[in-house]
Amino acid sequence: MSFDAHPDTYRHWRMRVEGELAWLVLDVDESAGIVPGYELKLNSYDLGVDIELYDATQRLRFEHPEVRTVIVTSGKDRVFCAGANIRMLAASSHEWKVNFCKFTNETRNGMEDATEHSGQTYLAAVNGSCAGGGYELALACDHIVLVDDNSSAVALPEVPLLGVLPGTGGLTRLVDKRRVRKDRADVFATRSDGMRGRPAVQWGLVDEVVPPRRFDEVVRERALEAAERSTRPKDAKGIELTPLRREVDEDGIRYRYVKAAYERDLGLVKITVHASEDENWPLTVTRELDDLILRLRTNETELGTWVFTTAGDPDAVLAQEHRLLNDDSWLGNEIRHYYKRVLKRLDVTSRSLIALIEPGSCFVGMLLELAFACDRQYMLDGPPIDDEDSDERAAIQLTPANFGPFPMGNGLTRLQSRFYGEDVGRLSELDKPVDAVEAADLGLVTEAFDDIDWTDEIRIVLEGRASLSPDALTGMEANHRFVGPETLETKIFARLTAWQNWIFNRPNAAGPDGALRRYGTGQKPVFDRKRV
Amino acid sequence: MASPINYDEKIPNNVDLSSDRRLQRALEGWQPKFMNWWSEMGPTLETHDVYLRTAVSVGRAGWAHFDHVKLDEYRWGIFLAEREQERRIGFGEHRGEPVWQQVPGEYRADLQRLIVIQGDTEPASVEQQRHLGLTAPSLYDLRNLFQVNVEEGRHLWAMVYLLHAYFGREGRDQAEDLLLRNSGSPDSPRILGAFNEETADWLAFYMFTYFTDRDGKYQLGTLKESAFDPLSRTCEFMLKEEAHHMFVGTTGVDRVVARSAELIREHDTFDIAPHGGIPLEIIQKYINFHYSVSLDLFGSETSTNAANYYTAGLKGRWQEGRRKDDHKLTDTGGLLETPRPDGTWGAEELSTILMLNLDLRNEYIADCEHGVTRWNRILAEAGIDRKLRLPHPAFNRHVGVNSAFHVSPDGEILDEATWTRASDKWLPTSQDLTFVQSLMRPVYERGKIASWVAPPTNGINGKPFEYEYVHLA
Repeated sequence: MSFDAHPDTYRHWRMRVEGELAWLVLDVDESAGIVPGYELKLNSYDLGVDIELYDATQRLRFEHPEVRTVIVTSGKDRVFCAGANIRMLAASSHEWKVNFCKFTNETRNGMEDATEHSGQTYLAAVNGSCAGGGYELALACDHIVLVDDNSSAVALPEVPLLGVLPGTGGLTRLVDKRRVRKDRADVFATRSDGMRGRPAVQWGLVDEVVPPRRFDEVVRERALEAAERSTRPKDAKGIELTPLRREVDEDGIRYRYVKAAYERDLGLVKITVHASEDENWPLTVTRELDDLILRLRTNETELGTWVFTTAGDPDAVLAQEHRLLNDDSWLGNEIRHYYKRVLKRLDVTSRSLIALIEPGSCFVGMLLELAFACDRQYMLDGPPIDDEDSDERAAIQLTPANFGPFPMGNGLTRLQSRFYGEDVGRLSELDKPVDAVEAADLGLVTEAFDDIDWTDEIRIVLEGRASLSPDALTGMEANHRFVGPETLETKIFARLTAWQNWIFNRPNAAGPDGALRRYGTGQKPVFDRKRV
Repeated sequence: MASPINYDEKIPNNVDLSSDRRLQRALEGWQPKFMNWWSEMGPTLETHDVYLRTAVSVGRAGWAHFDHVKLDEYRWGIFLAEREQERRIGFGEHRGEPVWQQVPGEYRADLQRLIVIQGDTEPASVEQQRHLGLTAPSLYDLRNLFQVNVEEGRHLWAMVYLLHAYFGREGRDQAEDLLLRNSGSPDSPRILGAFNEETADWLAFYMFTYFTDRDGKYQLGTLKESAFDPLSRTCEFMLKEEAHHMFVGTTGVDRVVARSAELIREHDTFDIAPHGGIPLEIIQKYINFHYSVSLDLFGSETSTNAANYYTAGLKGRWQEGRRKDDHKLTDTGGLLETPRPDGTWGAEELSTILMLNLDLRNEYIADCEHGVTRWNRILAEAGIDRKLRLPHPAFNRHVGVNSAFHVSPDGEILDEATWTRASDKWLPTSQDLTFVQSLMRPVYERGKIASWVAPPTNGINGKPFEYEYVHLA
């Protein structure tokens, strides 16, 4: 599965930019599902549709600094979007379903991130019926205009019709973001037909309803109002997101700065990130990591452990980072937030993440965040394993990059998460390379093994990991990574993905007579009535 | 013994409304809104009174009582067919259980939606026909128009009764919304497409009552099978009235064809337009249009909703009781003919239960054929060697598997350019419509009739054609 897309080859979306406004028009090609076996009726979507949406949101941020408002609407008559295609879901394997939900969630969070941090407001122009994931797409926008044509409704029919939960944050956004009263949210989420017109506004499900004749005019008006509030630059020129250089074969994936090598017998992939002085490095390495994470998650579900290493000159990384953190241009801002989002992707990845910090690595500042994103960090206390005469030693270095610009979904930095409840300010004064012993003392790494033990200890860690239940590991890791407070984002991932993960496995949804499987057959689901 | 309708109350009924204060209050609140709607959206032609059929009882003897009645004093009310004491559910997974006298919570939303959609079509046709009174070809036709209109109004009442009696506050809100939507309104249109089309002339009216009201007959026929007994009984009685609407359509087209045949013979040409008749070619185009638009009302050939309604027992098949199968349809399949992009026809195998809309549509098509046979008999008896016919079911469709294709009346799959070039031959053009419009001059003298249509062979209720069916204001 590839995540490459370009507006010239979109099958399902039309992107139109007119000065400060952009339109993303969903017009799904029914017959162009990403895998065979279902038709994408009623503007419903699958992973392929969402890959294009993600591509569009990225291009709007990087290629179109002039765009201040993005209008999401439908190119079909009387249908906005029916959400994720049910036949696709019913036919998909469990891990495909969950991974698909994860990606769609990340894209929608990205839309909110664009509004919050990039001055690019998303506006949903709901010009037809809008159900399930269709409504969740609208919920990810800042403002929802619903056409008042007597038939168009917003709905979350997952519970009543499918026996599952809305998969992209619908329940959470209703109460947390839109402040729909919880009793009303309960009523709404159990009515398969949803709500339309004035009641939908009164309950806060949409922001306004507009008669068909005035619809386009009001949408444009709202879009211009949002544009007015934006901080996007007026005259900046975008940069093109050109295709990534990438070699893919049986043994791994190699990009310019990121290399992934599979070790299938251990069920792991070794990921190496290389430093560079090239001025395009920050964006390129971010894009490469992004692409790699997506591909590994989707295509290599049995590689359950990702081992992170870095290679190159730490000073080069420090210099890159210094430029990036002090770049107050729109582009600097975009790259920082993009890197933040890629780290967040890592945070919610259902793989065991292990960082190996060895001599010759460059885990400093922004790259050290990769290590902090991992479940464990091992640091070699001694010379390189293959050169015991060398006096090169591993070091890490904290920088301002570790104290704010790349927060996790829970609003904390990875250091704050690591030392939850403690003051990490004390560490900010450590403005120098830290060796293995000190790093272990400070709690910055899990263990510092010396060169005698290193190979064996690491082997045992990785073999041990591979022997554990992947499901238990996924649950355990997700628990540990997100300490402390909840945010809309962590709730969406933690509660929803966890619950959905369970529900997707239960016979009431996914069994042969479950609601998800029975949907569309005209037969009613058979429920096990026991409450669990 | 058929129960009489109580006309002494504000709202005539045979549901013992006086003993249900809550329902009475609700309906009495709705009644003035209905009257407002009638005065705004009902017939534009002012009349003193009209010779109308009014039901006084739902049994065989009482449902057709004739008298001159002031239109706005027509006693719209609530008439349900007699209750069958031992009735059981005939299909779906509840088959064999006693029918429901109350709405099951599980199916409330679905039932409400079915009733709202049915209800929405009833006042729509009144709105579509509101100007036709100004151009009626005879007093007899004018009377029929008004008969259809008041009964559509009553059918609205029937659906509103169900909404008020069984669907709580939301039902009442929905009942009110039925009056707020209007046919063809750009801001607040009727729910289904065919009910937003204009019915601008009397040929269109005959076609509408033949083809579109016949869809209504089939929809009501499936709701009559419903496990929700009040809906079943309501629809059963509506079907009686609906039959007259189709009679107006069938005989209306009969008479246009007969008159055209007469003019063709008289002037020995098919080009009868200069002689004040409607050429067969235009009649055919009207058939093509109204038939295809009405087919759209059956919805998509495959429908999960229809399947769910069936399984739940909400909506059955046409004459469900006469079908010889398990009435569950979970184990059988059928073929769906589908157009292919390469211009050929293919077939897709699907489970029977997903093709219930197609099943109903096929029953409808077979029924529509009867009319065409009648009209062709008229032509044959006049010695005219031309035939009218129904176009292919895929012709001019906007709903379902055919909607993405252009298909000729013969069933040939065409590219867009060919279709655009040819469609004027198949569908009424603006010139055709203007021409038919030009013939629409009112004839209100007793016993007289317009040039383009033959008089009926029989009057209403044994009265002669010359009878003063309508007293104009």
